[in-house]
Amino acid sequence: MSVGLVILVVVAIATVGFFIGRARAVSSVAGDVRQLHSLPSYYGQTVFLFSAVPALLVTLAWLLLQPLYVENQVSGIILPGDIAEGSSLDLVMADVRRISSGLDTAVAAGVLDKNALTQLDASQTDVRALLGDVGVALASDVHPNVFAAAREYRATTATLKGAMAAVAVVLAVLGAVIAFARIHPEYRARNVSELAIKSLLILSSMVAILTTVGIIFSLLFETSNFFRMYPARDFFFNLTWNPQFTGGSDLGILPLLWGTLYVSFVALIFAVPIGLLVAIYLSEYASRKVRSIVKPAIEVLAGIPTIVYGLFALITIGPLLRDYFAQPLGLGASSSSVLTAGVVMGIMLIPFVSSLSDDVINAVPQAMRDGSYGLGATQSETVRQVILPAALPGIVGAILLAASRAIGETMIVVMGAGAAAKLSLNPFEAMTTITVKIVSQLTGDTEFASPETLVAFALGLSLFVVTLCLNVLALYIVRKYREEYE
Amino acid sequence: MYDASNPGVTLEQTDIKIAANKVQVYYGETHAIKDVNIDIQEKTVTAFIGPSGCGKSTFLRCLNRMNDTIDICRVEGDIHLDGEDIYDKRVDPVQLRAKVGMVFQKPNPFPKSIYDNVAYGPRIHGLARNKGELDEIVEKALRRGAIWDEVKDRLDAPGTGLSGGQQQRLCIARAIATEPEVLLMDEPCSALDPIATAQVEELIDDLRARYSVVIVTHSMQQAARVSQKTAFFHLGNLVEYDDTANIFTNPRDERTESYITGRIG
Repeated sequence: MSVGLVILVVVAIATVGFFIGRARAVSSVAGDVRQLHSLPSYYGQTVFLFSAVPALLVTLAWLLLQPLYVENQVSGIILPGDIAEGSSLDLVMADVRRISSGLDTAVAAGVLDKNALTQLDASQTDVRALLGDVGVALASDVHPNVFAAAREYRATTATLKGAMAAVAVVLAVLGAVIAFARIHPEYRARNVSELAIKSLLILSSMVAILTTVGIIFSLLFETSNFFRMYPARDFFFNLTWNPQFTGGSDLGILPLLWGTLYVSFVALIFAVPIGLLVAIYLSEYASRKVRSIVKPAIEVLAGIPTIVYGLFALITIGPLLRDYFAQPLGLGASSSSVLTAGVVMGIMLIPFVSSLSDDVINAVPQAMRDGSYGLGATQSETVRQVILPAALPGIVGAILLAASRAIGETMIVVMGAGAAAKLSLNPFEAMTTITVKIVSQLTGDTEFASPETLVAFALGLSLFVVTLCLNVLALYIVRKYREEYE
Repeated sequence: MYDASNPGVTLEQTDIKIAANKVQVYYGETHAIKDVNIDIQEKTVTAFIGPSGCGKSTFLRCLNRMNDTIDICRVEGDIHLDGEDIYDKRVDPVQLRAKVGMVFQKPNPFPKSIYDNVAYGPRIHGLARNKGELDEIVEKALRRGAIWDEVKDRLDAPGTGLSGGQQQRLCIARAIATEPEVLLMDEPCSALDPIATAQVEELIDDLRARYSVVIVTHSMQQAARVSQKTAFFHLGNLVEYDDTANIFTNPRDERTESYITGRIG
């Protein structure tokens, strides 16, 4: 039985349980539902939950643990001598899984039957050619032990899957029966249902938190591998970035960090004043009609994919800045430059700054405006002297959120600023950022064993720490602001 | 309490400061103020009373054109301040509001220091030539606002950190720092406790010597305590306008009597 079918059967059992549970609740009070503690469908729900939840949880756990168990069993078949030079147990096990699923395909296609499979001997038959016929390509000829392992893998997996289906169905039926037996008029089915909802909500929030923790740990793990191969001191203080895939690379983060901060800084220089002025116009000056048109129009900017911004940088802004500024001023001849990426990124960030600042400005109580107008202040005096100071913490929060967005941006930088890691002050020079280098270190056929690839994780973690700090700072400021008016 | 104790200023008090004639106010489709005629006298406290939603606050806000800041609000008829039509095109509402100050229902100090709160108006209107003069204006306003003694040692502290009653007196000081001729107060004590209310009422009585004060209030006792003239509004109409003593002892209109005796409200 496949996993999908198991889930379907469990849900079907639970659904049947729902209806008979409900019917039993109704019949237990002879049809007078007012005597029940809860509405009849709540009783049905308890049966459904008791039936479906444990069965599905066990299925899930089984699915997660099964491969670990099977691999542990099977890897014993492979002897150290079977592992070719330059390969590893992990790679051989990947072959085992591949052959195993290839055998499944072969059996399904009718090329092999069960008996033929048990008698098949890899030292006699060309398994590679056999599997190639059904569309499963293997990288090398199959070693007999590897084939034996694959056969074993396939057999164990099949047995365990059968067992899983049986366990799940039995649990579903058992749960339904237990819940059914517990139904009586005083049973607090509503509260059980409430508990289930609460658990669901907790579970959902746990998913978000656990994912973050998972990301951090995977980064930490690979980063520590990196630092075992490459000195941390060089990573943090070396002034050059020059990865060589033959070894002897310089992997200093500083040029990349500089590029990242420089591009983000230029982007914010553009985005913050414009975004802020837009927000002030929209919240204080614009009539309702203008606002209803302009605000969505600006928010469209936020919906444009960054790759499209990248194209804009590449074919429009870049040549424009080069022809009218960089070359006449004698500052450079490259169309990829910090300024190109910065300006385009700034355009991208305008809606972030304007939309968040708009909310913050609108949150300033009307009483503040009244007070100021009542004293004979004009609109711009009111904005400058009362509203902006009152909204400032929130605006700073908005700017910091925009900044962390700028720091994490990749596509615009690749296309606008180029890929040269440089420490320079000239904004017309091509530079690059951490994110771009993470991508370029990991693209292509790479294995995660050399410092040149693992450095990507160290870079990622550094980036994560920087943006995390900015976000925490932003949240702190926004929260502090919130307390001021309540 | 009406001017009997102070016969010397009787003549001045009969001078008309604000004359409103056939004022209509519309909020979108709603006709909020209907045909109001009223003469507000100089150096007098005038109270507007009436049940909730009767339009008294709306009318008050017409007197310094605060309703201009509400998009859907439309004012018809004319209102003269010292004989000049305040809804005339040539009148700058910003200048007008400097002359007709306003204190709101909820104390609304700016999130600035006490000093800056009071100095706000004088600064934007350029009333002080130098820091020394500004200091003087601030001190004078705070003294008149009857809050100087409580805050003189902490003028740099934020205005939002004061208690409710102190905040309201700070707002009054802020309003009088621009030397207005009329002070409009929209339920200035509704957010205050009885002690703070008493302090503010005492202050209003002092302010009468220099300004016309118009106060909207829900408390009839308050109207009786602080005002010399009282106007009773009902459903957007000005029902009765007379000396406070007459309104409360001898109302002419049945609706006024019902309201002050608590039968409608």
